[in-house]
Amino acid sequence: MTTTSWKPTAKEIVEKAELFTSGHRACAGCGPAIALRQVMKATRGPTIVTNATGCMEVVSTIYPYTAWKVPWIHTAFENVAANASGIEAALKAMKRKGRLAHENIDVIAFAGDGGTFDIGIQALSGAVERGHDFLYVLYDNEAYMNTGIQRSGSTPHGASTTTSPAGRVIPGKLQYKKPIADIMVAHEIPYVATASIAYWQDLLVKARRGLETEGPAFMHIFTPCPRGWRYDTSKTIEIARLGVETCIFPLWETIDGEYNLSPQSKIFALKPERKKKISGYLKMQRRFKHLFRPKFKHVIDEIQHRVDERWNRLLKRCNMTQSD
Amino acid sequence: MAVAQQKTLAMNGDEAVALAVKQSDVDVVAAYPITPQTIIVERFSEYVANGEVETEFVCTESEHSALTACLAASATGARTFTASASAGLALMHEILYVTSGCRAPVVMAIANRALSAPINIHCDHSDSMVERDSCWIQIYAENSQETYDSMIQSFRIAEHLQVLLPVMVCLDAFVLSHTLENVQILADETVRKFVGVRQFPLVMGHEGKEVPFKLDPNNPITMGPLDLHDYYFEHKRQQEEAMKIAPRIIKEIHEEFSRISGRKYGNGLIEAYRLEDADIATVCVGSTAGTTKTVVDHLRTKGTKAGLLRLRTFRPLPLTEIMGALENVKALAIMDRSNSFGGSGGPIYHEIRHSMYDAPTHPHIVNYIYGLGGRDMPPTTILNIYKDLQEILQTKKVKRDVQFAGVRQ
Repeated sequence: MTTTSWKPTAKEIVEKAELFTSGHRACAGCGPAIALRQVMKATRGPTIVTNATGCMEVVSTIYPYTAWKVPWIHTAFENVAANASGIEAALKAMKRKGRLAHENIDVIAFAGDGGTFDIGIQALSGAVERGHDFLYVLYDNEAYMNTGIQRSGSTPHGASTTTSPAGRVIPGKLQYKKPIADIMVAHEIPYVATASIAYWQDLLVKARRGLETEGPAFMHIFTPCPRGWRYDTSKTIEIARLGVETCIFPLWETIDGEYNLSPQSKIFALKPERKKKISGYLKMQRRFKHLFRPKFKHVIDEIQHRVDERWNRLLKRCNMTQSD
Repeated sequence: MAVAQQKTLAMNGDEAVALAVKQSDVDVVAAYPITPQTIIVERFSEYVANGEVETEFVCTESEHSALTACLAASATGARTFTASASAGLALMHEILYVTSGCRAPVVMAIANRALSAPINIHCDHSDSMVERDSCWIQIYAENSQETYDSMIQSFRIAEHLQVLLPVMVCLDAFVLSHTLENVQILADETVRKFVGVRQFPLVMGHEGKEVPFKLDPNNPITMGPLDLHDYYFEHKRQQEEAMKIAPRIIKEIHEEFSRISGRKYGNGLIEAYRLEDADIATVCVGSTAGTTKTVVDHLRTKGTKAGLLRLRTFRPLPLTEIMGALENVKALAIMDRSNSFGGSGGPIYHEIRHSMYDAPTHPHIVNYIYGLGGRDMPPTTILNIYKDLQEILQTKKVKRDVQFAGVRQ
């Protein structure tokens, strides 16, 4: 298993060529576009990228333009892990037959939460079970943003979306977010990590680890979306950081199934008083606005309860307990 | 070129497919099991397990992923193969269009099987006929020998730089897929030489220079981009142009293959059987043609001028050839092993009847839907169809355009 010693400096990263270039058509303040740029800064050599249908495919490739400096392919929505399987299989076969110019080519699959939690989970589960050598990067903006903010299996409890609207009776989405990264850990793959675009160095190191992993690696990146989450475009990184500070999106990784809290989250295990309340996080996003009406205030408590429950479960997995 | 040395092996259609894939230097096979295609992947798995091939074999979790993996592998530069049938092909439907739209020369064998419901594992052509608009070349084989030969030709057709379209080779469920037959086999090196190494066309790359059309880190290109009203239409038009060129290429490759194998299937597009002076004739695809030939021979001994036109390719539809072959026929029965519910008969009937509209003389044309869900098509049923045609010939009247043959009324 990989334990990269790579610790990129800001200078090194700024100087490294952009493989996902500017000029793409993502919205101002787009979290996923930042994630893609950061992941591509972590590449270590020849790389092929495949993208599921979604915001990032749409904004980066409208014909005849492209934002990609690497070979890139999109085929459909639910099958990006199968794309990666096919690319990896082709590289293996061509290498065996002496028809490949490179000693190694890394394969990265990008997909949003719709393409991962929902429609793409079958292809993803199959691809990692087969053990293909690729890095799967989930950029999670917690709804189908490309089609106009519909709820997905990733949308958090209480969020208002166009298919889980907050009404007079129903306070937004009733269900809770699917624990996708734990589901991937349960596949017993060599590397799983969560990351936030607010902590670029941690994200880059994890992406590099994923690429260095022999076999399937999965990265779950927290990528706020100003359009869908209803906040000012200047707040993307702030919210991405708050997600970690409230422990609604803790940062961790598993290497060969062993859970490890990343330093950015470990601090809240060691100093629980610094862990922020979820209400401040919710308050910044108008998708949760209705929860502050007297009728629905109990939902905020439910969310806080669930965050704490999941956080404590994670701490147990990391052989830690909250010291309060 | 002299006809190559061959040996005769007893094998079924599925085994013939697996052997052809083994001999054709395929890089990636990705597949999912479905009856009656399973023998293909089972045999191929054995080749892999025994180290007889260098192919990367991917057992996917669904047909959707099987075709996706082939498409992506093909885009990466690999020669790829998959196989499916019925519900599996239906599950691939979305990706069939993506494969042809990405101009990925994937080859797929289809063991033609009925679509559910009711669930049924036996032969009809509903599964592949419904995909006729997906821009895949479709070759329908009459027997296992032709299945083997067509598979080898398909890699050449699909990868031809003027075609670059995926090909499906269709073989009838059980009738061909599971029935033992003597098949003439070419030597491995003969096949390998015939299929050659895959070549790539040059396209305009990112940096304004021409680069090979594949995912190559040295020459990056973007494949499968968003393509809206300003360009999509031209790209679809290019696919139609490729289909227009395909008949010539299919004929050329069929001819070239016949020089090493000594075997021919008409001109590669259609096979006209005793049609020159025929007054009455049927048109069909697949294994029913074999039975029909026996019936035609029988009728000929009785002095009836009967003939048969077998379509080897339904996509591209070789209209000029079809019209030429049928020009003197006076009463014609089109045999469809699938139905277009709520329409006016089966798909082969639609297309041939429609193309006759501009012909100087029109035969009387009737349609028989037959053999759905594997219902047997014995010589007696076919004989009755020719009897109907004789009656039409004499009375010059068609009682019913579309009929069902061999069904309880």
